[in-house]
Amino acid sequence: MATSHQEMLRALERPPLWRRLALRDWAWAVFMAAVAALTIGRYHGVMNPYEIGITTGVSLGAIGLGWHWRSIAPFLIAVGVVSLFAVTRYPALDAAHSDFFLEYFVSSQSAIMWMSALFPAATLAYFIGLIARSDFSLRTGSVLTWIAAGAGLVGLMVRWWESYLMGPDIGHIPVSNLYEVFILFSVITSLIYLYFERSAGTRTMGAFVLTVISAAVGFLLWYQFARHASGIEPLVPALQSYWMKIHVPANFIGYGSFSMAAMLGVAYLIRGGAPEDGAIAARLPSLEKLDDVMYRAISLGFAFFTVATILGSLWAAEAWGGYWSWDPKETWALIVWLNYAAWLHMRFTKGMRGRPMAWWAVVGLAVTTFAFLGVNIFLSGLHSYGQL
Amino acid sequence: MNLAITLLVAVSIASIIGTVLQQNQDYGDYVIKFGPFWFEVFRRLGLYDVYSSGWFLSILGFLVVSTSVCLVRHAPVMWREVTRYRDHVQATSLRVLRNHRSWHLQLSADETELVAARLMQGHSYRVRRKQRGETRVLAAMKGRVNRLGYVFTHLAIVVICVGALIDGSLPLKLREQFGDLRVETQNLPVSKVPKDSRLPVGTGAFRGSVTIPEGQEAGVVFLPLRDGYVVQDLPFDIRVDDFRIKHYPTGKPKSFESDISILDPKRDKPVTDTIRVNHPFTYKGYTIYQASFQDGGSRLDIHAWPLKGNVGDARTVDGRVFQNQPLQVAGAKRTLELTDFKMFNVRPNPEGVKTGRKFQNVGPSFTYKLRRPSGEAREFHNYMAPQRIDGASYYLSGVRSSPGESFRYLHIPADDNNSPRRFMDFLARLHDHDAVAAAAKRAASGLLADLSMDDSSLVPRVSHTAEVMIGDLLDGGFQEVQRNVRKRIKAGGDDDKRRQTLMNFSRMVLERTLSEVYRGTIANERKVSASSVDLDDTQRRFFGDALDAVSGIARYGAPVWLQLTGFKQRQAAGLQITRAPGRPVVLLGFGLLIAGVFLLFYVAHRRLWALVIPRNGYTELLLAGVSQRNPEGFRREFEALEANLDRQLDGDGESDRTEG
Repeated sequence: MATSHQEMLRALERPPLWRRLALRDWAWAVFMAAVAALTIGRYHGVMNPYEIGITTGVSLGAIGLGWHWRSIAPFLIAVGVVSLFAVTRYPALDAAHSDFFLEYFVSSQSAIMWMSALFPAATLAYFIGLIARSDFSLRTGSVLTWIAAGAGLVGLMVRWWESYLMGPDIGHIPVSNLYEVFILFSVITSLIYLYFERSAGTRTMGAFVLTVISAAVGFLLWYQFARHASGIEPLVPALQSYWMKIHVPANFIGYGSFSMAAMLGVAYLIRGGAPEDGAIAARLPSLEKLDDVMYRAISLGFAFFTVATILGSLWAAEAWGGYWSWDPKETWALIVWLNYAAWLHMRFTKGMRGRPMAWWAVVGLAVTTFAFLGVNIFLSGLHSYGQL
Repeated sequence: MNLAITLLVAVSIASIIGTVLQQNQDYGDYVIKFGPFWFEVFRRLGLYDVYSSGWFLSILGFLVVSTSVCLVRHAPVMWREVTRYRDHVQATSLRVLRNHRSWHLQLSADETELVAARLMQGHSYRVRRKQRGETRVLAAMKGRVNRLGYVFTHLAIVVICVGALIDGSLPLKLREQFGDLRVETQNLPVSKVPKDSRLPVGTGAFRGSVTIPEGQEAGVVFLPLRDGYVVQDLPFDIRVDDFRIKHYPTGKPKSFESDISILDPKRDKPVTDTIRVNHPFTYKGYTIYQASFQDGGSRLDIHAWPLKGNVGDARTVDGRVFQNQPLQVAGAKRTLELTDFKMFNVRPNPEGVKTGRKFQNVGPSFTYKLRRPSGEAREFHNYMAPQRIDGASYYLSGVRSSPGESFRYLHIPADDNNSPRRFMDFLARLHDHDAVAAAAKRAASGLLADLSMDDSSLVPRVSHTAEVMIGDLLDGGFQEVQRNVRKRIKAGGDDDKRRQTLMNFSRMVLERTLSEVYRGTIANERKVSASSVDLDDTQRRFFGDALDAVSGIARYGAPVWLQLTGFKQRQAAGLQITRAPGRPVVLLGFGLLIAGVFLLFYVAHRRLWALVIPRNGYTELLLAGVSQRNPEGFRREFEALEANLDRQLDGDGESDRTEG
């Protein structure tokens, strides 16, 4: 039966966003808004206007992210529920050794240990899946990565609570030293990877990306057991600022994306050097796909790295009397930024693809690692917060 | 574009130099580090202040010029992209695009056009219509704001560099290089700084610092420049009313706060505020930061204990940090330069494993130099309270001859009343010839009796040896004693066994004599006779520590030990003051950069064309499109458009379309 002309014409239009959203999207939005409202309502007395702004911004960001990437919503809810459960078991610090759940699962150290075991397990699963071409193994790898990321994020949330148990003026968001940010790095990189895994429609990149995450976990464990770095320390005056809540995570979205891009570069080089009809070519994604995901990762990383560097600059202007001091850490951040700006320029303006760009992405990781770690170890300056 | 990439890489590599070579250090340190030749080479290359050096700024300048040229060259292109709908396109060109599709419809040309337009508009495209003969061309675009992203990002680089230039120290450096400004390198009081090293109140940017003791005020800022500084006048005075440090329960500093008052001649009442790290105060464009702190001239009550000569004749000295005074003690002339006082010294807690407190505050300390008339000096670092080490308490006094060394600590044992008195009495007694002689005689007699060598004629010789050895001990420590004993014994003959016996004997004599002196000290303390004194474990431990200290005094290199008995602390707040008129420009640049990057990466400039071609018996609709970015995403959108059109036309039951 012919519909009316008007209706037919209207049906040609793409429905506006609010009509494209499913019920679960609305539920997610309402839920996140409620969480933010509850948090602000309850704690606005101890939050300054910037922190209220950050809470609101994070809530809106989570809503948007949940609409764009459906899987993140149940993940965040699970992390929230488990973290809150841990908090209810934690009236004081010594509960960590007397409560069963805290001791073995959800105290911050326990959760981080779980994460440290699950990421290597996920790496192994991805490798088996890649080599044996087992879809089951690849899917296991994905599941393990999700759980590991969740464990790491729960670890950070509970550590946040533990720092307040130590004292109300000692409590702070756990992104303040090298130990904590390595956990953040592992969590963020794995989540970025999981997003691209879904978006690219293949799990075969997992082995590569999880390798760099496992390396980070390895460093974390060494740092914890050889250098006893896992203790919570109160913040030095320079770090007591709401800026830390946005500058540091934004930086790690950058670092995580760049690390992922470098590992995809490695995959590209391996695939590109292998015969077209061989075993490797049959297992790895196509060069076009690898190139595309590598480019998208670098774009994402560069965008957030730009934001992070600018935020760092604005913070410096409030803490140190100037938004740029050519401090080694700042300078190396600029070098990382320039490196990827050049990479992107090559791609946009000259249309360069292929092996040189893949190599460049790998070298970019070396530059990034030096800016992240090397500066703290080998050079001195205002930024020496993570001593080895 | 290659130039852009080359410049980006060049800036990166040039920047690395400044991270491996520490910037803006004292030129003296550089000379020590690199030697005179390389120091000069690096200086000429401008490596000590590399980010303001001519060649680095030139590279940056090139980058800005290149970016501006790019902008100017591409702006018309961008404008064209944004404004031209490209409605002149031919069907043949559209058919070679990856995303294209053709429908043969039983609708009229008008109806088809309406459908196509609605489809495109309904997907947020802006449509422009053109008639070309029989064919109707609908040209559409969306995401044009991506082009703005290009403009914003590149404009941002230029804007940020301009802002940085306004706020940088380049004008200052140029003035110093070519003009009338001279750098001051000596530590002068502000009033004595010559006019050509002083800057009047102005509108320029600067970043400087000033240290103001509590209760005092300052109306200037010191700007570091090359190897010295210049003085910048402020239009107001800043007074530090109070400076304080708040601590965490663990002992680490939690907050550094200064209560300041701005004394502006143009106002009646001062403006007050409390500043701390991350919470600066801005007044009339000047931003004041809490940057550091140091001693501001604390008053120190000192007890000076001579270590030679008239030992035991201690006297009080009133001192103030940063003030020098002559000190005449034990026949030696020195200048006492009190350099620092610290109220808290947080050290790792040796019992931290037990109590859980990793750190503890061991109390105040002060630093001073004793300078000889010849100009040589030694630096000392003394803790006020005795420190507990391995179950006993010691007064620690660190000494070093040059800033490069670390302090070596003399451990003066504290007695049962936690005072240095017993040690000083012991030391005084060792300097007392009569007391030593008596002790030596007692020791000699006792030792000879124990060894069953009951020859009273030996006693004077042995006790004389003892006195000599004690003299050596006071002069050069146990090393000196051993050296001299060896010399004496060697002079007596070559027999190894005999030498060994004599060495042992000498040692016994010395020990016994010292022990007698010590007993005498204890006896004096308790007001009893020496012979009735029995030493228990604690006292034996004290004796051993005291001997170590006596031996250490030989290397201590000072005639006096200063004990801090009281203090009245005055702190000074280290403030950083900046003026940044270019800040709004830099902030604008930041905003442009962030907006530009996200627009550039995540908004795709897409074009769609719909050609409505009336044919014999049907109307052909040719739909095609391109996207400047994200081809995968565009393909998905195009497929959705196709599917949508298919759905609606099918529903109408009027189409009989074929793939084009």
